[in-house]
Amino acid sequence: MKKHIIGAAVALGTLFSTVSMSFAEELLVPHLTYRVGPFAANGTMGANAITDYFTMLNERDGGIGGLKVNPEECETGYNAQKGVECYESYRGKNPLMHIPNSTGITLQLLQKAPEDEVPIFTMGYGLSAAAKGETFPWAFNYPASYWSQMSSILSYIDSETGLKGKKIAFLYLDGGYGREPLPLLDQLEPKMGFETVRIPVAFADSQNQGSQWLTIRKEKPDWVVMWGWGVMNITAVKEAAKTRFPLDRFIGNWWSGGHVDVEALGMKAKGYKASNFTPAGRDFPVVQDVIKHVVSKGLTKTEPDMPGKVLYNRSLFMAVVMAEAIIEAQKLTGKANVTGADVRKGFEMIKLDEARLKELGFEGFTPVIGSCADHEGQGSIFVQQWNGKDWEKITDFIPPMTDIVQPLLTEAAEAYKSDKPGWKTQNCS
Amino acid sequence: MFYKETGQFKSRYKDELAAFPLFEDKIGIGILCVLTFLVIPMFGLPGLNYEFAMGAIMIPCMIFIIMTLGLNILLGFAGQISLGTGAFSGVGAYAFYKFITIFPDINIIIALVLSGLVSAVVGVIFGLPSLKIKGFYLIVATLAAQFFLTWAFIRVAWLYNYNASGAIEGPNKEMFGIIMIGPQSAGMTRYYFVLVTLIVLTWLASNVIRGRIGRSWMMIRDMDIAAELIGIRPLVAKLSAFAFSSFYIGIAGALMVFFWLGAAEAESFDINHSFLYLFMVIIGGLGSITGSYMGAIFVWVVPVLIKEIGKSAFGFDAFVMENFSTILLGAMIIIILILEPHGLARLWQIAKQKLRLWPFPY
Repeated sequence: MKKHIIGAAVALGTLFSTVSMSFAEELLVPHLTYRVGPFAANGTMGANAITDYFTMLNERDGGIGGLKVNPEECETGYNAQKGVECYESYRGKNPLMHIPNSTGITLQLLQKAPEDEVPIFTMGYGLSAAAKGETFPWAFNYPASYWSQMSSILSYIDSETGLKGKKIAFLYLDGGYGREPLPLLDQLEPKMGFETVRIPVAFADSQNQGSQWLTIRKEKPDWVVMWGWGVMNITAVKEAAKTRFPLDRFIGNWWSGGHVDVEALGMKAKGYKASNFTPAGRDFPVVQDVIKHVVSKGLTKTEPDMPGKVLYNRSLFMAVVMAEAIIEAQKLTGKANVTGADVRKGFEMIKLDEARLKELGFEGFTPVIGSCADHEGQGSIFVQQWNGKDWEKITDFIPPMTDIVQPLLTEAAEAYKSDKPGWKTQNCS
Repeated sequence: MFYKETGQFKSRYKDELAAFPLFEDKIGIGILCVLTFLVIPMFGLPGLNYEFAMGAIMIPCMIFIIMTLGLNILLGFAGQISLGTGAFSGVGAYAFYKFITIFPDINIIIALVLSGLVSAVVGVIFGLPSLKIKGFYLIVATLAAQFFLTWAFIRVAWLYNYNASGAIEGPNKEMFGIIMIGPQSAGMTRYYFVLVTLIVLTWLASNVIRGRIGRSWMMIRDMDIAAELIGIRPLVAKLSAFAFSSFYIGIAGALMVFFWLGAAEAESFDINHSFLYLFMVIIGGLGSITGSYMGAIFVWVVPVLIKEIGKSAFGFDAFVMENFSTILLGAMIIIILILEPHGLARLWQIAKQKLRLWPFPY
C-alpha cells in the first residue's frame, strides 16, 4: 500500500514539473475554440483553419520573425463562462492577443483586456462599438463591425428594390450575437423610412422555427435578413423554401453564409443570399500553401475538402490579420519576442491593402486598413448567392454607410464607458 | 500513533463542545490556515503557474465550497432535494449587481449579505411546495424554479440594467480604499475576501447545524412524522432550511460572478450548474461539512488538472481533453459511488479511524 502511495506521489510530482516546464521562446497566441457543443460543426472548421495557417507559417517560414507561433487552444464549447475560465488560464504566459470566437465571450473580456494589456481581436463579431479606437484601445473588430455590415446589407437592398416603405423581417439568434444590430435598426428605421419586424429565435429552438416562419408568412415582409449561427441557418433556409418565401429576398449575414448552412439542401436552397468578405475557393495561393505544407503532410485534422470553404477561408483571413499584427509589432520594437502591448500597436498599424493581400496570397479578400482611431477598418462586404452547388459572388464590394454608422458607433462607445468609472481610453489626435 | 484521542481529558463542558476537540485537529486546522493565508498567496500551488493556480483553482474552489455547503444544508441535513441551485446562485448574483449599481456607495459586505437575503427569500418562495410534497415531486418543483429564474435572467432586462450584451459585469468598486471587485482588482485581494467569507460561513454553518435549528432539520430529514410528533414544526424547519441554504447559495453566486468571473450571462446559472453542484454534494458526502469541502475541491480541481496536464505534459488537443475530463469525471463519480456511497467524507472518516491505530493495527 505504502509503495503505491509513494509511487503515485512521484508520478504526480513528475507531472507537475512537466506542466511548469512548458515555457519556451515562442509566440503564444491563445486560441479559444468550440470543437464541442452545439456549434461544433462551424467551430471545428474555423479552429482548424487558424491552427493550419500558423502551422503553415511555422513550416514554410519558420514562424514569424524567427519564432514559432504556438496557437494554443482552449475549449469553450461556445459557453461564455468557459471562455472566461480559458482567458484566466493564459495569465502569466505572455499571451499576445485573445480571439474569443464568440460575441458572448467577447463582451465579458472587453473589460479585462485594458487591465491585462492584451488586445482582443474579433474578426466579424464582437461589440460593434469597439470600432472606436479612442474608447476601446484594446479591442479590434476588423474588417467591419456588425453595424457596418448591416448598413452594407441595407444599401444592397436599397440598390435592388429600394428601401423606403419596405418591410424587412429581421430573424436573429436570441443572444449577444443576434441582438447586436438591434440598436442600429432602432436608429435607422425612422431615418431611412423602412419598417422592421424583429423575430428572435431562442437558441433551444434553432431547429424548430415553425412559428417564426408563420409570423413571416403573416407579415409578408419584402426582405428577410438573418443573423443566425449554427444549425439555425440551415433550418431557416429550409423553412423559407418550404413556405415558398422567395429565396433571393432572403439575406444572411456573414455567419449565415457558409457551406455547412446550405450544402445539405443543395438545389432547394438555390437563390439564397449572404454577405461575405472572404471569398470561397481553393485557387488562392495561400490556400494552396496550406494544402501543400500542412494538409497533405498530415500535420492537421483538417479534412482534405475543408480548405476553400467559406468559413475555412474566413478563419485563414482571421489568422493572417493576427500574423500581420505580430509582424508590425516586431517591426516596431525591433525584437522578435513581442508582448501583448506591442501587438496592440501592431494591430493599429495594420495595412493589408490590395498589394499586400496579393503578396500574401489573399487577392480578392476585403482590404483591412487600421489606425489608432479606427479599429474596424470600415471594410466593405460583397453579396454571394448559392447556385445549388457553390457560393457565387454576385456584387462588387459594397462599402458601409459610414456617415450614418460612425456617429452611432461613437454614441454607443460613449454610452459603454459612461457607467464604467476608470475606463481606459486613448487619444489619437 | 499520530491521531489518537486517548489521554486528552476534558475538564470543562466547553472543551467538550469545541469545534475541534482534538489536539491533532487543532494542529491540522492551524496548518491549513497557514497554508491558505500565507503560503498559497505567496507561492501559489506547486508546479502550476501562479495566476492560474489562484484564478482557476483556489478562488473558484472556495466559492464552490460555499455553494456546496449551501446545497448540503438543504439536501444533506434537511433532506429536501433541489435542482434549482444554479438559479438561486443567479438570484444572488443579480441581486448583488443591482445593489452595487443602484447604490454605488454601498459597502460590499453589506451588499453581499443583502443579496444573500434576497436569494433566501426567493428560496423560501420556491421552497413552499416542500410542505406538501417530497422526493421526486419536489425535484420537479425546484426544476420549475430553475427554468423560471433563468428565463427571468434573460427576459427581464431591468435585472442587467438594459445592457446590450445581456450580461452583468462587475464595475471597479472599492472597499476601505482597496479595489475589491472589477477588472482593476488584484487577484490577491479577491482571494483573501473569498477566503474570509468562506471561513465565516463555515463557522456559521457548523454552529447552526450543531444547534437547535440544525437538529430540527435532521429530524425532519430522518422522519418527518416522528419529528412533528415530538414538536418540530415542519413549516419552520423546512422553510428555514430553504432560506439558510439559499442564503449561502446566493452569496456563492455573487462571489462567483464578481470575485471570480468578472461578468456572467444567464447561462452561468443554468441547469448544468445545478447538476454540477449536486455532484459536489453527493461526491463529498451528504450531511457533512468536511464532505462539502472535499466534494467541491474534487469535482472542480480534478477536471482542471486533467485538462492542464493532458495539454501541457502530453500535448493532447484542448477539445480532446475537454471531452476526456468530462468522461473521466463521470467515471470517477460512478466508481466513488459504488465503492463508497457516502462520499469522500466517509472515506476521510475511515482514514481517520485507520490513523488512530497506525502503525500498529490489531
